[in-house]
Amino acid sequence: MYQILKQIIKTGIQTEAAPLPDDSMRVETKRLQEGILHVFGGALNIRHVDAGSCNGCELEIHAVNNAYYNIEGLGIKFVASPRHADMLLVTGPVSRHMVTALQRTYDATPEPKLVVAIGDCGCDGGIFCSNDGSPDGGGESYASCGKVANVIPVDVAVSGCPPTPAAILQGILTAISAQKKE
Amino acid sequence: MPITHPNLRLTRLDGAIPAWLGEIKPGDLLPICQNVSGGGGRLLALWGSDAREQGRGCDTLPAEPADCGSSRIAPPPAPEGCAPPCRGRGFALHVALVNEAGLICLSMALDAVQPVYPDISRIFPAASRMQRAAYDMLGIYAQENHDHRKWVRHAAWHGGSFPLRKDFETSPHLNPLPQAGEEATVPSLLEGGKQSEGALLTDAQSRDPLSNSLGETTSHSTRLQETAAKSLVIPQAGERTNEKGNLESLEPDAYPFVQVEGQGVHEIPVGPVHAGTIEPGHFRFSVVGEKVLRLEERFGYTHKGIEKRFESLTLQQGAKLAGRVSGDSTVAYAWAYAMAAESIAAVTPPDRALWLRALFLERERIANHLGDLGYLGNDVALSFGFAQFWILKEQLMRNNAVLFGHRYLMDQIIPGGVAVDLAESDMQTLRDECAMLEREARLLRGIYEEHAGVQDRFIGAGRVEPKLAAQLGLCGLAGRASAQAWDARVQFPCAPYDKLDVQMATYRNGDVAARVIVRFDELFESLRLQREILANLIHGDDLARPIEKLPGNGFGIGMVEGWRGEVLVAIHTDAQGNLTRVHPHDPSWQNWPVLEHAVLGNIVPDFPLINKSFNLSYSGQDL
Repeated sequence: MYQILKQIIKTGIQTEAAPLPDDSMRVETKRLQEGILHVFGGALNIRHVDAGSCNGCELEIHAVNNAYYNIEGLGIKFVASPRHADMLLVTGPVSRHMVTALQRTYDATPEPKLVVAIGDCGCDGGIFCSNDGSPDGGGESYASCGKVANVIPVDVAVSGCPPTPAAILQGILTAISAQKKE
Repeated sequence: MPITHPNLRLTRLDGAIPAWLGEIKPGDLLPICQNVSGGGGRLLALWGSDAREQGRGCDTLPAEPADCGSSRIAPPPAPEGCAPPCRGRGFALHVALVNEAGLICLSMALDAVQPVYPDISRIFPAASRMQRAAYDMLGIYAQENHDHRKWVRHAAWHGGSFPLRKDFETSPHLNPLPQAGEEATVPSLLEGGKQSEGALLTDAQSRDPLSNSLGETTSHSTRLQETAAKSLVIPQAGERTNEKGNLESLEPDAYPFVQVEGQGVHEIPVGPVHAGTIEPGHFRFSVVGEKVLRLEERFGYTHKGIEKRFESLTLQQGAKLAGRVSGDSTVAYAWAYAMAAESIAAVTPPDRALWLRALFLERERIANHLGDLGYLGNDVALSFGFAQFWILKEQLMRNNAVLFGHRYLMDQIIPGGVAVDLAESDMQTLRDECAMLEREARLLRGIYEEHAGVQDRFIGAGRVEPKLAAQLGLCGLAGRASAQAWDARVQFPCAPYDKLDVQMATYRNGDVAARVIVRFDELFESLRLQREILANLIHGDDLARPIEKLPGNGFGIGMVEGWRGEVLVAIHTDAQGNLTRVHPHDPSWQNWPVLEHAVLGNIVPDFPLINKSFNLSYSGQDL
């Protein structure tokens, strides 16, 4: 126990300031009323769904929980069930084998709910699909439905392969912040 | 020669690792596998390819008889490199075996209409799922296989069509997305004329000579025989042939799990969406009280068509895709892919590039071990462990981003070399980081080892005895924790590992505690290797001998000891030198079935801990 306490004191607090919301990440503007966002306050429960990613984005979502980004310190936490969640954090090109599971998870999440798509694949299907506008293009293939927005409505999309933890955090904070007045 | 057999003529492949290629007849597969297994060898990978004439790029070689030399020995290989075997005949099956001498790649031609081969899962149990996947993807079938349920296929395409065939329609419109609220269903071939999607299927069917109707059959065995006699659309469990002889699914995406019956037995279905931030897969537990009687895995949820996607990419684009087969092993995959390409092109990267690759690979190993050691603490309620190890991991990631431009080092290994250099002035940053990690990790190891609560959960949980591990072919770090002494860096040291004298970490206990010990040992060994690499890094400006295009009709294979185990990538090129088939193989193929055994007799709440101690890849095996 002494060693643990000593190490905790020696480590100190590593947490850095959280990034500010970025309106350019928004896919659908003002899907939720600002009043509802006010009710969320800063507190938010997130359900993560891997809809077919390569596991790269998952590594960075784990990192959002580390002491540097300390997402729980902001009142945001990851929960085990969509029924407890306010937000879905969805990665991957949505594989056709995950469509049903993703739709059911979305349906199980109570309204009002937010969806943040994580990573280049979640934004446009990424490298796993052709995006050149050919008949096989459009971010879809025999096995992949491409971007998350092809399957469920998306509020904010965070690009990057994988996006950094700071970018993921920024995307989450953007989704729960009121949009700036034009 | 790694093995001898009267009907086997092996040719040494160019490249960084000792590998041989031999063409055999399907009938010789079993005795050769027996030979390798008897000598302590293992199965590495099994995949198929479509080498039929109608496929694009398969049109330059003269057609050979479909029976692939009924009495003669395999034809001599082309003088330059090795011609991809069995081209222009039908389908081909490729099996990669490994013994102490090196890699043995066997290829055999299969008939275009009756692509069947002998089941090898009785010799190598790990082959079973690979064979099932080979059927789902290509329609080549292991005869006598006791388990012919589908594996990677759920409902995205129907059972009579095979994505890796060259005549498969990749258009997404062939297999429409299920509408919201509607169950994903396998469209029945019977309904062909009635449904719009069915009409497309029938259209595809008419072009596919293999999708002939099946006759009505009565028993399982006669059904298989008749199936084999008429065509190769095998009704899998959960499907049946209807009165018109077409395949139909009994229920939407049916998958018959093995059921355990008895008083007080119940099932716990888990997934595909899990409670934690992990990849999707389904686990079906049969339990009495808290005790696990049986676990059965069902995967394929992250199948996103990686192997098919490779076929439309250039060599350089393929390197990026290879780095995204499993995000946590991006360096290992990119290196294995580059190694396969360099083998075909007979290119040796500059020395400095090879040393940098080893640096990247060891940094990937360090990062993953740090992360998993943190989560293993977290899973036994020592959140202190998570906080501490993830601070260390984050510092490593940040150094990666600053020095090499990417936190996970994606796209930094390219065919022919590396894409990024390490400046002389930055070497000190890495040395300081190394010293810091060594100091902190040793301190944390002491805390883990002295913590009674942690050790109580670790010791004895999820034990895999060495004998079982050997039988099932457990590999990689989990294998080494069960006394399976395989490490490609030690046994087949490609440059620069031939100068590094890697110390293999092995342990006999096979439980979670043993896997934690092996992770700590490998972490410190990788830190030592990183210091060695920094001390010996050869100076030079030459970072790559870029490969524009691969030679035609080539075959190359690369194997790299990733943090999880051996990562293997095989590349076949067509006559124009395009990628015609790329098969990435993850060690998780071998290790997932062993997890089903490791968890037996444990309690359900220990499953997350046991699972994390293996930390296997879903994406890497679903492809």
